[in-house]
Amino acid sequence: MSAKVRRGLTTFSFLAPALIGIAVFFLYPLGSAVYFSFTKFDLLSVPEWVGLDNYRRMADDPFLLQSIRNTLWMVVVFVPVRIIGAIGLSMLLTQLKRGAGFFRTLFYLPALVPPVAATIAFVYLLKPGTGPVNHFLSMIGIEGPLWFNSPAWAKPSLVLLGLWAIGDLMVIFLAAVLGVPSSLYEAAELDGANAWQRFRSITLPTIRPVVLFAAVTGVIYTLQYFDQAAVAGSIASGQATVGGGISSNFGFPEGSTFTYPLWLYTVGFRYSALGYANALAIGLFVVALAVTLILLRRAKAFSGEES
Amino acid sequence: MTAVLEAPVRMEPAPDRRVRRQKKLAWIARHSIAIAIGIMFVTPVVYLVLLSLMTSDQALTSDYWPNSWHPENYIRVFEVTPLPRYLLNTVVYAVTSTALVLLSSVPAAYALAKLKFRGSNALFLLVICVMMLPPQVVTVPLYLMWARYGLTGSLWPLIIPALFGDAFCIFLLRQFLLTIPTEYLDAARVDGCGEWRTLLRVVLPMARPGIAAAGLFQFFYCWNDYYGPLLYTSENESAWTLSLGLASFHSVHHVDWNLVTAATVLAMAPLIVIFFFAQRAFVQGITLTGFKG
Repeated sequence: MSAKVRRGLTTFSFLAPALIGIAVFFLYPLGSAVYFSFTKFDLLSVPEWVGLDNYRRMADDPFLLQSIRNTLWMVVVFVPVRIIGAIGLSMLLTQLKRGAGFFRTLFYLPALVPPVAATIAFVYLLKPGTGPVNHFLSMIGIEGPLWFNSPAWAKPSLVLLGLWAIGDLMVIFLAAVLGVPSSLYEAAELDGANAWQRFRSITLPTIRPVVLFAAVTGVIYTLQYFDQAAVAGSIASGQATVGGGISSNFGFPEGSTFTYPLWLYTVGFRYSALGYANALAIGLFVVALAVTLILLRRAKAFSGEES
Repeated sequence: MTAVLEAPVRMEPAPDRRVRRQKKLAWIARHSIAIAIGIMFVTPVVYLVLLSLMTSDQALTSDYWPNSWHPENYIRVFEVTPLPRYLLNTVVYAVTSTALVLLSSVPAAYALAKLKFRGSNALFLLVICVMMLPPQVVTVPLYLMWARYGLTGSLWPLIIPALFGDAFCIFLLRQFLLTIPTEYLDAARVDGCGEWRTLLRVVLPMARPGIAAAGLFQFFYCWNDYYGPLLYTSENESAWTLSLGLASFHSVHHVDWNLVTAATVLAMAPLIVIFFFAQRAFVQGITLTGFKG
């Protein structure tokens, strides 16, 4: 056996598990999803070819339209709010002379709380009648909204939940902000720039790549946003799960928390419309792939040249 | 920079009282904001803990301070709910999955970081795609695959894939392994070590912080996972994990909010304890997932 072949075999032995994993748990099901999206079947029947029917069905599915709107709302509000919040917190942390480490840990901790547990906590906190938040608001003379029980406020409540669990993003921004050379700040200070000017003209341009990275990964995270929306809807409705752990109350109230993946799941596993669910999955795939490609094209550092 | 020359007066600001007072006020303002935000951040958890120590009657009211303290709720929740079962399933899932994922991902990450082979760039791009694309895309075909082998309703569909690496874990480990100077590996090779021995003897000891971070992330991911257990185990309650159990507790034990919150606190407690022991590895890991420069 030549040295070259042996080296090739060694490399292959390192990669074999991952290659099998990608093939069996990603490429194969992805291919199947494309095929299934042109068929009609449920858990008990055999896929039957229906051509483009499923894709046509997407055009007049009111729930799909609503779920797309909800997901778009999350992309437009949730992602920027989280980025601004994370930058704000990391700037605050760099300005603290005392206790920066303590506050960093404190702000980070909620990110450790399991999403399901965090969602339960927030549903309790924001309970319209007896929750402490509305109780507090009424003490200062404000009538609090119905939060998770109101179609208009359910998504903003999810944004609050997302802001609370902002720790991961904050740590990434903190590293970026600390990486800005302090000589730049000193020069600006000598120029008489105030804090806001220094932020605008030095910090922000320097951390721009990180903002882009956070925006793209944030959009991708939002496209698969499932757990919190599912749990908030079920628990706020007061009747979490009915048989088999699949809630009949996803999307509560009035479909306002039906995100795209939630609708996909419901179509597939509650209505057993597996062909149609796969068409929805392919739609999600196309959008997510487009967003991923933006990231890969823009981010050289991400694809990782050896430094 | 020319502005510096134009305004030489500013170079040594006189330390007069006004400036000092302003600085002090700014200091107080910043720390007050930090404390206020800190209070907002801990409130939800403190509130949950307080609820969990109330009687079930009081937990239904809008009180937030227990009239009487009932730490025994934490024992009762084990007796009157299936919490022990959920906890056991979660530990089994998180521990085996983490161990297996590390075992299968470290070699792949090493090959991607340090071995030269044709198509390594393409493979790395593929790994990133798998990592980035929503899991829901392949959900239905995967579910059908596991159903065909009769494994739905158990933890197997969650554990078996761990034998074959995890995209995020491979990505993270690769980023870390890139920081290990290649000279060390070359030295080992000159000494006649094969690639596997180089990995085991030289790379592994140096990569310990990276492996710790990757392991922590995987463990936390599994512990928190809701979508996977919902998909594969919801049909069989004896295979439910904590996340799934918690989300459905509410209906089964809807009067006993003190017990629901006790279970919720128990679900988050281990993660916070682990975090305090492994804070450094953790923060380093998060930074690795971000951008380099």
